[in-house]
Amino acid sequence: MDNESMGFNFNSLTVHALQEQLQSGATTSVEAVTSLLAAIAERDGELKAYVTLDAEDALAQAAEADRRRADGEDAPLLGIPLAIKDVLNVTGQPCTCGSHILQGYIAPYDATAIAKLRQAGAVFVGRTNMDEFAMGGTTENSSLQVTHNPHDLDRVPGGSSGGSAAAVGGGIAVAALGSDTGGSIRQPASFCGCVGLKPTYGRISRYGLTAFASSLDQIGPMTHDVRDAALLLGAMAGVDPMDSSSVDCPVPDYTAALSGDLKGMTLGLPQEYFVKGVDPEVESAVRAAVARCRELGAEIREVSLPHTEYAIATYYVIATAEASANLARFDGVRYGRRAEGATDPIDMYGKTRAQGFGPEVKRRIILGTYVLSGGYHDAYYLTAQKVRTLIRRDFEQAFEECDALLSPVTPTPAYKIGEKVNDPLQMYLGDMFTATANLAGICGLSVPCGTTAAGLPVGLQIMGPAFGEEQILRVGHAYEQAEAGS
Amino acid sequence: MSWIATIGLETHVQLRTESKMFCACSTGFGAPPNTHVCPVCLGYPGAMPVMNRRAVELTVRSGLMLGCEIPLYSKFDRKSYFYPDMPKNYQISQFDQPLCEGGGVDIALEGQPPRRIALTRIHLEEDVGKSMHFRQSSGVDFNRAGVPLMEIVSDPDMHTPAEAMAYLVALKQILLYAEVGDCNLEKGNMRCDVNISVARDDATELGTKAEIKNMNTFRGAFHALEYEIARQIETLEGGGRIVQETRRWDPDTQMTYSMRTKEDAHDYRYFPEPDLMPVELTEAQIDRWRAGLPELPAARRERMVEEYGIPPYDAAVLAADKRVGDYFEAVARQSGNAKASSNWIMTEMLRLLGEQELEISEVRVTVEALAGLIGLVDHGTLNSNSAKDVFAELFANGGDPQAIVAAKGLTQVSDTGAIEGLVQAAIDANPQSVEDFRNGKTKAAKFLVGQVMRVSKGKANPQMVGEMIERMLS
Repeated sequence: MDNESMGFNFNSLTVHALQEQLQSGATTSVEAVTSLLAAIAERDGELKAYVTLDAEDALAQAAEADRRRADGEDAPLLGIPLAIKDVLNVTGQPCTCGSHILQGYIAPYDATAIAKLRQAGAVFVGRTNMDEFAMGGTTENSSLQVTHNPHDLDRVPGGSSGGSAAAVGGGIAVAALGSDTGGSIRQPASFCGCVGLKPTYGRISRYGLTAFASSLDQIGPMTHDVRDAALLLGAMAGVDPMDSSSVDCPVPDYTAALSGDLKGMTLGLPQEYFVKGVDPEVESAVRAAVARCRELGAEIREVSLPHTEYAIATYYVIATAEASANLARFDGVRYGRRAEGATDPIDMYGKTRAQGFGPEVKRRIILGTYVLSGGYHDAYYLTAQKVRTLIRRDFEQAFEECDALLSPVTPTPAYKIGEKVNDPLQMYLGDMFTATANLAGICGLSVPCGTTAAGLPVGLQIMGPAFGEEQILRVGHAYEQAEAGS
Repeated sequence: MSWIATIGLETHVQLRTESKMFCACSTGFGAPPNTHVCPVCLGYPGAMPVMNRRAVELTVRSGLMLGCEIPLYSKFDRKSYFYPDMPKNYQISQFDQPLCEGGGVDIALEGQPPRRIALTRIHLEEDVGKSMHFRQSSGVDFNRAGVPLMEIVSDPDMHTPAEAMAYLVALKQILLYAEVGDCNLEKGNMRCDVNISVARDDATELGTKAEIKNMNTFRGAFHALEYEIARQIETLEGGGRIVQETRRWDPDTQMTYSMRTKEDAHDYRYFPEPDLMPVELTEAQIDRWRAGLPELPAARRERMVEEYGIPPYDAAVLAADKRVGDYFEAVARQSGNAKASSNWIMTEMLRLLGEQELEISEVRVTVEALAGLIGLVDHGTLNSNSAKDVFAELFANGGDPQAIVAAKGLTQVSDTGAIEGLVQAAIDANPQSVEDFRNGKTKAAKFLVGQVMRVSKGKANPQMVGEMIERMLS
């Protein structure tokens, strides 16, 4: 993997390193973007991480950033190229959500997170592949293309933010945005060997993020290191009048929390996350990371999250229920693809949605429609809401004695392409360690913690309480620095 | 054994807000199609609703006017169904925790004791777009999509079309008093659906109900109910069954037609709207809104009788429209003559408004002008016939009554000398009438007064003329 071009090594080039080079005048945004485009041209043929790439537009944005810098401006992300998951609205760009049904749709507005990054000077280079409407854990559910894992091209990059993870992990993005509803940032980050942060629900505005499950979705950064995750989080966080679920909680300087040690911190190991079924190589990599944290001064304590076993059932009831309503708007009436030859509106809906949605999306819409329907609503949806409360309480109790929790991100490393396509239930179980953070509304970070004998990355999950991003970034950063130094 | 009908009404009222329920788009009526739209009210991917606080306030205000309970906690829910005029294919509405619960509307039918029709609830929701059909295609105008709608649901508490009419009239009057909406049925900013069933009058359970839609006038609702009650009774007496269904009123044929039966009824799959926070009110907030409420129409009628000494009938006519009542009270206060104010408004003003299909708010006769006109009559400057001419001029073109009187030379002649001359001339010219009067025919005096008025071109003070004739002939 040689992605060096004009002196840039995109395998490891971080936002903060590029920031320094741009500030010192060692390089320009146009130079960085030009060489990044060259790296993409070289590598993306086999990774297939990007679905839309407008080189001309990217270079124009970079030139504008350079001009702003020449005028004396120094916005925090001025000239930094970012890859954006194709689920976020960026004015003038397509936003397919990995679906045929949004064919031809051009976003007329910026998501709030995008507007903030734009304000901070970021350059939006291209759009990355994803499972259709963020439903899946392999990016194989994309209607556009199959993305490959940069560490083993026969394997999936994870999902649903698989394009962003493959781009960062494969050295063809400096940093990227993903979205996480049940693990869609953390799981692909762990499969592709990059850092992925799912912030607390309400930390970053969801306005402009095409909704999968509104009470679970969060936007988050996917980066080469923890400092970058902190930087991007800081740029996007904050209350937004356009998103009533965003929370008015002060936004700290997250990079200030990166102290490098863990002295005085208590880290919990949820026993339900270290169980049979976890791949031994994954478990030993995570255990080694735990040991490293202890060396760094943390007190390690076993804790219990007793309702963990109900998380997957709960998650799939709530997420599909919300999705069944959220995806109802894709009907061919106002935008996107419309089926030909319909005889009346209902026929048009039927044909448009039958042709436009892929099998996994249909499966989840049907499931979600079922759990909300008359006679079943109480047994499924209401019960799931009650269990969700219990899961949230499990975490609240654990965080009374711990600053953060450590666990594997996923039970296994990346699967072979096609391995689980026909076994959705098995695939859903892959979310068991990540979906809980979404149900509880807390934050979670995935940090690389070594590789298997076959060279597949393994991720360490660090979960923190609501608005406890500083704690988990501190843990992730200290661990990452210690590993880099060893 | 006879039949008893049971009627419940669901009334939708568009709230008077500047912007839509969940976005900043204008609620203005009559703009070119799809010009008051944005990603939110078009249901674009990623767009999210933000609650219009004013719409919440107006709904609570309506609830307070109607005697509802206002829970401190209420929430919005998604109501799912597919229709081209619905941008998200779910409507944001309120399912089990509405803004207002209970309450009632007082009605009084002639010859019956007054009664209160109980309300079930009032909730807030968003309107849908408007489908438009052309020769070759159909389109949707989304200007109306997302406009705030309040739905007022009555209990099945009415038994005749007349009660339903009285309920609607009283409800509309209260909402107009609350100034929460325009309540104009023709413009579609007030709409009603009815639920109706019939049963034997000794039955312990209600009969199977039908829901009727598409009544665009109160009269339409009345006729639809009359028709539907007769249809259901006829069906049952013929040994048939009523099926639970939704029927459409056709104003042209004056009949109802089945739209869909229960089997194809929607399962709305309600669940709490995750994009909106629940509405949490405080007692203090509700008290502030309560303190700002206007008087109810019934209370105003009583007060007007008391305060202005006008008959209850006049009070009812004047208070029927809040703005007419406001106008009356302003004229009465300014002129100091409530009876004359009431007479002018009830006869001339309301007649002309009706003829010209105008609202009182559009009228050119200012409060000052009408009070001034009443003053001119009271001070004897103008006689009542001339005053009517001045009023007509004010109604047509506006202006100041004093100036109109001057311009038209209508000032009443009350100069004794001038009138004496005219009276003497009339007596001299009509010896037969003088003879008749002296023989006890009082009508003859009226003829003589008429002659004087004719000669004076209406300017003579008729009262003075009458007195003078009697004096001169006796």
